[in-house]
Amino acid sequence: MKATLSNAFRQMRRYPSAVVGSIIILFLVFMAIYAVVAIPYSEAVRLWRGADNVWMETPRNAAPAWFNLFYREKQPVTIVMRTTDESSPKTIVDLGDGVATSDFVFEFDYEYDGFPTEMSVFFNATYTAARPNVALKWITPDGREIQIADVSVRTNENYSISQDTRVTRRLGGVVPERGLFADPANPNKVLKGTYKLVGEGLVFEEGSSVDASMVIYGKLHGLAGTDHRRRDITIALLWGTPVALAFGLVAAVGSSIATMFLGAASVWFGGWIDWLIRRINEVVMILPLLPILIMVGLFYSRSIWVMLSIVILLGIFGSGILSYRAMFLQVRESGYIDAARAYGAGSGRIIFRYMIPKIIPTLIPGFVTQVPAFVFLEATLSVLGLGDPVLPTWGKLLNDAQGNGALLNGYFYWVLEPAFLLMLAGLGFAMLGFALDRIFNPRLRGI
Amino acid sequence: MQNIETAQGQSTVKRQRRMSSLNRVLKYVLVRGLTLLVTVTIGVYLAILIANGGGYVDEMRKGQIRESISIQMAGNPENAFLTLQERRELEESMVNTQIQQLGLHRPFAVRSFEYLWNGLTLDLGRADYLLSDSGSRQVRAILGERLGPTLILMATGQLILFFSSLALGLVLSRRYGSFLDKLIIALAPTSSAPAWFYGMFFILIFSAVLGWLPFGGMVGAPPPQSTFWRIMSTLKHMILPIAALVLSRLFSGAYSRRTFFLIYSSEDYVEMAKAKGLNDREIERRYVLRPTLPTIITSFMLTIIGLWTGAIVFETVFNWPGIGRLTQQAINMFDTPVIVATTVIYAYLLAATIFLLDIIYALVDPRVKIGGGGRS
Repeated sequence: MKATLSNAFRQMRRYPSAVVGSIIILFLVFMAIYAVVAIPYSEAVRLWRGADNVWMETPRNAAPAWFNLFYREKQPVTIVMRTTDESSPKTIVDLGDGVATSDFVFEFDYEYDGFPTEMSVFFNATYTAARPNVALKWITPDGREIQIADVSVRTNENYSISQDTRVTRRLGGVVPERGLFADPANPNKVLKGTYKLVGEGLVFEEGSSVDASMVIYGKLHGLAGTDHRRRDITIALLWGTPVALAFGLVAAVGSSIATMFLGAASVWFGGWIDWLIRRINEVVMILPLLPILIMVGLFYSRSIWVMLSIVILLGIFGSGILSYRAMFLQVRESGYIDAARAYGAGSGRIIFRYMIPKIIPTLIPGFVTQVPAFVFLEATLSVLGLGDPVLPTWGKLLNDAQGNGALLNGYFYWVLEPAFLLMLAGLGFAMLGFALDRIFNPRLRGI
Repeated sequence: MQNIETAQGQSTVKRQRRMSSLNRVLKYVLVRGLTLLVTVTIGVYLAILIANGGGYVDEMRKGQIRESISIQMAGNPENAFLTLQERRELEESMVNTQIQQLGLHRPFAVRSFEYLWNGLTLDLGRADYLLSDSGSRQVRAILGERLGPTLILMATGQLILFFSSLALGLVLSRRYGSFLDKLIIALAPTSSAPAWFYGMFFILIFSAVLGWLPFGGMVGAPPPQSTFWRIMSTLKHMILPIAALVLSRLFSGAYSRRTFFLIYSSEDYVEMAKAKGLNDREIERRYVLRPTLPTIITSFMLTIIGLWTGAIVFETVFNWPGIGRLTQQAINMFDTPVIVATTVIYAYLLAATIFLLDIIYALVDPRVKIGGGGRS
């Protein structure tokens, strides 16, 4: 056994597809470990649910930031500035009677060729009765001053500059995120330089304060971009890896090992056991796997582990049993089985010690080639909207992308990133499996 | 004189043999058909058990009764004089009577067999939300409309796939070790992705970027007036799905066919035939293709089962108005009767495919004709 395996490893090096496949699988395994370590399970679920406004400061449907490397016209990434940061602190002047000014200036360089997608200012105030007041003013690089708004600040105030029609009117009917950045000489071009958002605040009570943060949403974000709910796709890409690997490996290994035992039992005991196993196999072949998973998903649970158990259960009696049966039929006729019988070995001993070890070399390529099918099955379920309700997976990204017309609207990255990883996982296991099949299967050797 | 007699004798023997082999084939097909019918019955029964685990089939029936009774009552002018309270009570008692009449109060074990019969005859009641194009709520009417497009698409794709992978496999086994051979072996792992996955890329390239072919659907909008152009439009819409279907399985299919051919062409009887001086085509047809066909049909059967399973997403991606797209719509609308019905239909389609291949199998496998045991 051991000799066969180490021999197989030596042979693997001669097959380029085995080497490439192994490298891909190793890469995915590292990615999975990184994902689980860097973002704990509960954190991943919380982030993907998007509760507590965790995605307030990311743009909607933004492409990956590295796209700028290929653009001649550089697109903006999101600019976030806060009064709580040291770079743009508040200046507070006490005017007596509890009244105080609380001013801030957000100063930033805008060197992109594209306009931002949205602009918002978020306020955070403490007060008991009288709300603080903040007047916002925009100063362009060429020194123009544009009044934006007077905001009466509640405890949590979200002021969206983009949606303020008064600003639009003041800019002559141009939406603020274009009008505020446009070059007066050429309204279709961005005026590059240092912009300032000046906030002049007034608080009317002792101990009252106001903090602000400005978000200028860009067109690009992070490694992988964002989706329609402003979530960073990187999280789903990362966490999809352990989910896909676990689903594929557990389903493939679980079902093929169980199938192998059943095949062995079927051949060794024969009679009614063999008959029963073959009839069950015939029924399972007729059962449409996906519709059954759909019914389970709709009526019982969408948890990925429930789906996994059903896949294994149906897989055990699937088509594989026939090929194992055929192999065991040959093994049963071997001389050493007769010898074992002659020294009085029991059925269990013969099956576990003599029949199964003989088959294991063919089992390995078998389950390696099965892994991609299960990885894609998980994606298929997710694409149908039956993905795990809480976990971010590759399939769920595809489902979201499809549901929001990613291809029609040109958000190709949204489809291509999960698709690329799915393809990578599929190819990795398939390449390794095909090579192993040729190594372990003597009839294929040299062909 | 004697010669003629022997000749006649031989021809009767031949005829008898042909008759008996025809009988055997028929018997084999009949037995397989009956077995499949039994397995379909068990499969549908299992599907009903799963669906009813949450009590959904019962809910479905009771909802139907309530709906029909309330419609009946609303249409009866006598009821206009009743108060709301009285009306509710009357409705409730009528519903209960009906439930008693239909035997819904009986234990599930008894009723499940009734459901089984309804399931097998596809009498699955009325859809909750979905309508057929003709406006009917009957699940059977809805399924009937969708079956055609699914069959057209899948049958065309599967036929093209079968013959192209067989032909490619033959070409590769002839040019064993050539660049093309190595290329296909290298491409074989790409078949691990399902057809809808390739479909997505095809739509991206040919529809979104290049704009050559439609994004999905079965005919252009608005549908052309003349039948000829309608067929042409459907054919145009079929290009991408069929290409995706064939491409997703072609390379691994061709690879495994080629490997079979190579294994079988190293058999002794092939060497013998070569030694006899038969030409290559003859050897291929009689000594390589013939004995491998049963195995190839079996492996193709597994491929087709995989394709049927993927049909739901496949049709969804291409917006093809078939059973798969219907399933997806039913999932989104939570239309239980339709979901159960599509599961049953898929069981039937799988069984029909297997049955069809069994018949072909019986025709090509000499063991069936001469009676040397079936497949196993």
